[in-house]
Amino acid sequence: IKEEFVPFLLNFLRDQSSQTLTHGPTTPAKTPSTSRSVRTQDFSDRRGNKSTPIQTSRSASRVQLFSPAPSVSPVSGRGEQETPFTGSHCLSGVSALSSPSFSSAWSPAPRNTPSERRSAQRPSLGDFMTSPPEAQQHRGRRRSGGFGGCASGRQTGPRGAVSEEGVRWDGGGRRSRGVGRIEPVSPPTQVQLNFNNLEDFPPVGAAQATKPSRRINPTPVSAERPNSKPKSCFISTPLSLPASPPAIPESAGAKLTAGSPHSLQEERELLRKERSKLAQQTSSPLKTTPVICTPTKTVHRQGSKVTPDPQSPCPDPNKVTQKSELDLLAELYCTCISENLVPCVFLELFFVLQLLTSHGVSVSESGEEAISFCEDNVLEKAYLGNVHNCVYFSVRVLENQFELVSHLDKCTLRLLSENERVGTFSSSLKDHLAQAQENCTAKVLPSPPMFVHSVPFQPATDNRSNFSSDRAFHTFKKQRDVFYGFLREWEDSHKEPGWDFEAALGSRVRMMVSQLTAAGSHSHFARLFQKQLIQMCKGPCVLGSSSDAPDADLLGMLGADSLGRLKRLQQRLVQPQGLIGPCPPPSFPGHQEFFKCFLQTASCCQLNQHLKDGLCQQLLKLDEVSILGPDASPARGEETGDGDMEQQDEKQRFSSVLLTARLLAKFLGFISFLPYQTSELPSRDIQDTAITLRSKSSPVLDVCAVLRSSVHRRRTILTVPWIVEFLSMLDHIGPLLPFYRTALCLLLQIYKMLLGRGGELCYMNQLLMVAVLGWLFQIPIFPEDLFFSTDPKEEVKELENITSSQGLDTLPLVDQQLLYTCCPYLGEFRKLLAAFVAGSTSKSGGLIRKITPTSAELRGPSTSRSQQKLQVDLEQAFFHNQPPSLRRTVEFVAERVGSNCVKHIKATLVLELVKGGEKTLRDSLGLEGVNTAKLNDSICAQLCDAGMQALETATSENAPGAVRVLLPLETSPSVLTTAESITTRLATEKACSWLSANITSTLLKREWKSAFGRVMKSVPSSVSLDAEEGEGSNCTHKVPLGSEVMIEIKVIIANWVSEKLYKLVKTDSLKTGGLLMVIYTKYNLMLRNEKSTKLLKGNTQFTQLLSETISYQKCFIVN
Amino acid sequence: MSICLCPGPLIDSGVKDKSVKRMQICRAEYRVIGRFVEQLRPTRQCMKTLQTQFPHLPPSTLLSIFSQEYQKRMKRSMARHHAPDVIKEYYQRYRSEAKTRPAAPLLLELANQVDLSPALLARLIVECFLEERQASVGASRHVLNNMLREPYLIPDLLLAKHVEQCTVNDCCYGPLVDCIKHAIGLEHEDLLRDKLRETHLSFLDENQLRAKGYDKTPDIILEVPIAVDGHIVHWIESKASFGDDHSHHTYLNEQFWSYCNRFGPGLVIYWYGFVSELDCQRDRGILLRDGFPLDIVTLCQGPARGRV
Repeated sequence: IKEEFVPFLLNFLRDQSSQTLTHGPTTPAKTPSTSRSVRTQDFSDRRGNKSTPIQTSRSASRVQLFSPAPSVSPVSGRGEQETPFTGSHCLSGVSALSSPSFSSAWSPAPRNTPSERRSAQRPSLGDFMTSPPEAQQHRGRRRSGGFGGCASGRQTGPRGAVSEEGVRWDGGGRRSRGVGRIEPVSPPTQVQLNFNNLEDFPPVGAAQATKPSRRINPTPVSAERPNSKPKSCFISTPLSLPASPPAIPESAGAKLTAGSPHSLQEERELLRKERSKLAQQTSSPLKTTPVICTPTKTVHRQGSKVTPDPQSPCPDPNKVTQKSELDLLAELYCTCISENLVPCVFLELFFVLQLLTSHGVSVSESGEEAISFCEDNVLEKAYLGNVHNCVYFSVRVLENQFELVSHLDKCTLRLLSENERVGTFSSSLKDHLAQAQENCTAKVLPSPPMFVHSVPFQPATDNRSNFSSDRAFHTFKKQRDVFYGFLREWEDSHKEPGWDFEAALGSRVRMMVSQLTAAGSHSHFARLFQKQLIQMCKGPCVLGSSSDAPDADLLGMLGADSLGRLKRLQQRLVQPQGLIGPCPPPSFPGHQEFFKCFLQTASCCQLNQHLKDGLCQQLLKLDEVSILGPDASPARGEETGDGDMEQQDEKQRFSSVLLTARLLAKFLGFISFLPYQTSELPSRDIQDTAITLRSKSSPVLDVCAVLRSSVHRRRTILTVPWIVEFLSMLDHIGPLLPFYRTALCLLLQIYKMLLGRGGELCYMNQLLMVAVLGWLFQIPIFPEDLFFSTDPKEEVKELENITSSQGLDTLPLVDQQLLYTCCPYLGEFRKLLAAFVAGSTSKSGGLIRKITPTSAELRGPSTSRSQQKLQVDLEQAFFHNQPPSLRRTVEFVAERVGSNCVKHIKATLVLELVKGGEKTLRDSLGLEGVNTAKLNDSICAQLCDAGMQALETATSENAPGAVRVLLPLETSPSVLTTAESITTRLATEKACSWLSANITSTLLKREWKSAFGRVMKSVPSSVSLDAEEGEGSNCTHKVPLGSEVMIEIKVIIANWVSEKLYKLVKTDSLKTGGLLMVIYTKYNLMLRNEKSTKLLKGNTQFTQLLSETISYQKCFIVN
Repeated sequence: MSICLCPGPLIDSGVKDKSVKRMQICRAEYRVIGRFVEQLRPTRQCMKTLQTQFPHLPPSTLLSIFSQEYQKRMKRSMARHHAPDVIKEYYQRYRSEAKTRPAAPLLLELANQVDLSPALLARLIVECFLEERQASVGASRHVLNNMLREPYLIPDLLLAKHVEQCTVNDCCYGPLVDCIKHAIGLEHEDLLRDKLRETHLSFLDENQLRAKGYDKTPDIILEVPIAVDGHIVHWIESKASFGDDHSHHTYLNEQFWSYCNRFGPGLVIYWYGFVSELDCQRDRGILLRDGFPLDIVTLCQGPARGRV
């Protein structure tokens, strides 16, 4: 019972709110193998005619009519969920979940989007057919298929869910409205449904057919609705339908064009027609007259619909019903969330925010509804049946889970705190949120590097001696260039419509790889490939996603109010961007796509093997990386000491290691499971065979061992995120193999036991792990049955055998930036809230339209790049072509020297300065009327100056010497000087940042901190960049150049030869000519052999020779 | 390395006058020039005509453009001139004319007439001559090249005279021109090195790189990168020629991209200018200039950086 409770609760909540939630992607139901929720999601409900793609496909995803059409093809991945329902209306590519980022997404098996998968488990129409209504409350019922049923149910294959599951009655008639259009092949029905009732059977196909209504035509809308009520008009479209649809030519309705603007009335009329037309279509194949045999509840519902409320209900705390029950429910729910009993914490948070932003039905209606529904059954009470209750519940949960919420990004917090509903329902929450927003110190993402560096050629690893033969060396030389050629071509054209990697580059890629095979230089190429991959894809910088950044900035800048207006303005201009929900399937964003496509296209086993070797090796190396904790010695109060400074470095290092490891693990997983990827889940027999077969061979990486060891040594914060990436690439069979099943169970145990209890882990670390694990548990590849079925205690004892007292887990390593980089889907909260503000949810089903930067100027042309940035770039560039050890040395020395300086200052200087400062302060404060502000200022400034000077002296004294000792003797002077100066600068910077962070805060009141910070910052900001003005082009070669002289001579001879031709001078003249040639040749030879600048500058001897020749020739001419 | 020929005493114009004369030409203007040079022959007179036609361009740039266009032209008409019967005809014509008026610049006239480079024509004729003398045995390349370089080695004195006349008057082909081109290339590389030394930039040159085992070697690799016009520069390649579409694309594929792929972004100096539209790969790491850049930003040296 305990086991089944959580999924039951989650499904209960979703069911409860299903009618109020209309926007955004679904929060998937929880379906453990043993208990299955029979649950329908009626989204395209009473407001059915606003059926936007999201809603319809969502309803499609929640409710499976019958087993999906066998025509499901792996290719149509995105459109799949619609196919079964829409029939001829299906337009491929129009899918709710196809957002730009999604389209390039690769799911380990190209079979599904989450919703589609979900769909298979949800009740099919069969459920409505036979079961008597009494079965209503039995939600968690055993699936006839058991585990297999689950697995097969996930697959929208020919093995339909219907036959297996038998037919059951759904939990209630009111939920039956999600059912899509019925198929002519429907099995004999026992319960007749009112197919004409569009509320019960919303036109799924309308996703396409009514698409025109999605057109933004804001003019009439804005006339009627004030900003605060963004959704009124479309929600309130009259929904009652005539029992017999009006005769509208099908063709007319199906192809409504978006062109002409309609008045609101026209629009409504069109929608109505559309619906009725669809209703007609829906019912016609059945050839049965629609009968009112639908459960009474639906009738009730329909009745209530007849009186539409023209206004979107404004949630009102006073209208909340069943408060105590809701409180209880919220508390239960929150406990589940806090204890990690739910599979994905952030998914629940998303659901809560959906509730918060829900556009429920009107008061009267829902009130009636609530009463009309099963008064006799506690479970059937519509606790979340109206928007007031939803918002109330949501706010309660948010209050309870404030710690979690407060770690969201600044924009989300701002949107949340400015959300009027939050304010109305809980002013204290609003205040807390506002406060959290203030405290949110997340840094702005650094702008991505402007140019993409290539992997530098390092003679130590890349020159001839590293190759077996000349041929291998030269082949690789060529292939390196060819590879970069592909990369450039891909960058140029992959966004063009119709461009296809295979078609454009396929044969060339294979040709290249085969040449590598012939030359046996795969290991070299694998290394290049891996390095380039890290170089391009490690950071959060993603091609095309840069458009996210301005949006986020904008949100922060404008706040909710003006944003709403702005958003509406934008809607007309830019492409829609769908909410994809907090658990998108794994994808290869940005440049990763190139690398993925390359591997797929090349499909070269040698290359893959070398890559696997390399990736494994580096992953395990990264996993072992040591990150230092803060010095154990300083007391708690001194936490802001230099330990903090070092910690910052370590944090950065950790973040870099983590991101690299995640990237490599994803590709290792991709390559490892690539051979097993199938478009569809294989049948049970094949599965069994495959499991037997594959259990015998050893896996590429001993994930379980790595995981266990990481738990023991308390390094899960580093290991778990990359293991998650690795496992997210599993193929269909993968999770069924004992080995990977164990690994997944281990992760589950970590999630439930280690993370659920909290405690030792640093909160942000915990949050990151909860986020990535929750994501893994929700993506398609994760076996549905696993989460609720496994007993967490099994192996916990083993896991609890922690040997290390201190590991990475206890260090504050994760910050918000890293969290959001690793889990970009957390941005969905922001999108959801912003969409609510923008009011676009009503019309476009949760779509938020974003600014698409149209001009490259935004990116900042090179000229506008600040000089400072250029210096940073130059510094980075300096290391590029140097051996990696140089960089390590410089960083190490800078870190140590900086740290030592700080220690020195702390030990000696600060004490003196503070004493002096205090004295001055006390003296001056004794006098009345002294401007303390100014006094403080000046003291602080003095202090900083003195400190800064001391730092500079110390670093510039120590750093260069240390660098010089540590670098090889052969290092060229200029490289050495540069390295020294960079080291000095870095050391000083580190020390200064400590100074600015600490002197001010320990010595002076907090209020002054920012002011002092500015003082501090103003100092190092201005960088003098006196470009060394070159001498220009006034380089004068004093002596005529060799080529000059030659040309002159050539002219002379040319004249002379033609003269002489007249006279027909014989041998002599020819001899001179010949002599000249000899000189030329000799000159050339000298140039080649000696390359002496002296010669080029005009070798005296040579010039002499030339002039002699000329005079010699002249002699001849005279003669 | 580069290929270009400068006529007469104008060599320094490429170096000294570039501040005066513009050397970046837009593609449209380049086409105009290209069309104009179609009718020209590789003679000094023609070069003068070209200069008067486009006085705003430095003569060296014009000559470089002409030289490249002329080479393309020659390549196109190669097949036409190299047909055995055509060669035979040229040779017969020379032979018969040499009998009637040996003092006239026969080969030059012929070259002009059939629009073939005089040096190339001379080569064809000498080839025929050798074949004729040695009967069926084909003359070795080596012997042929030597004879063109040192015409007095040709047993036929009169022919030697005419061949010499051809090689000294051709400003696009021939051993003299090759020698000059080579010299110019080296001179500009040297100029580049001088400039770098003047600006106190330390670098590795081609020979040092080769010694270290680099598989591709630009003229210069900077030990400490610089920034030009906001772009990082790791390597510099000197081209003592005009950068037109054709040559630039060849260079891109054979050299520049390879450098980029190994050493990061860099700079190409076309000392005689280039088609301005070609400078479009800056963000990808290839910056074009027509002279040594004056706006170099270096990594600030010394600990004083950052304080003011």
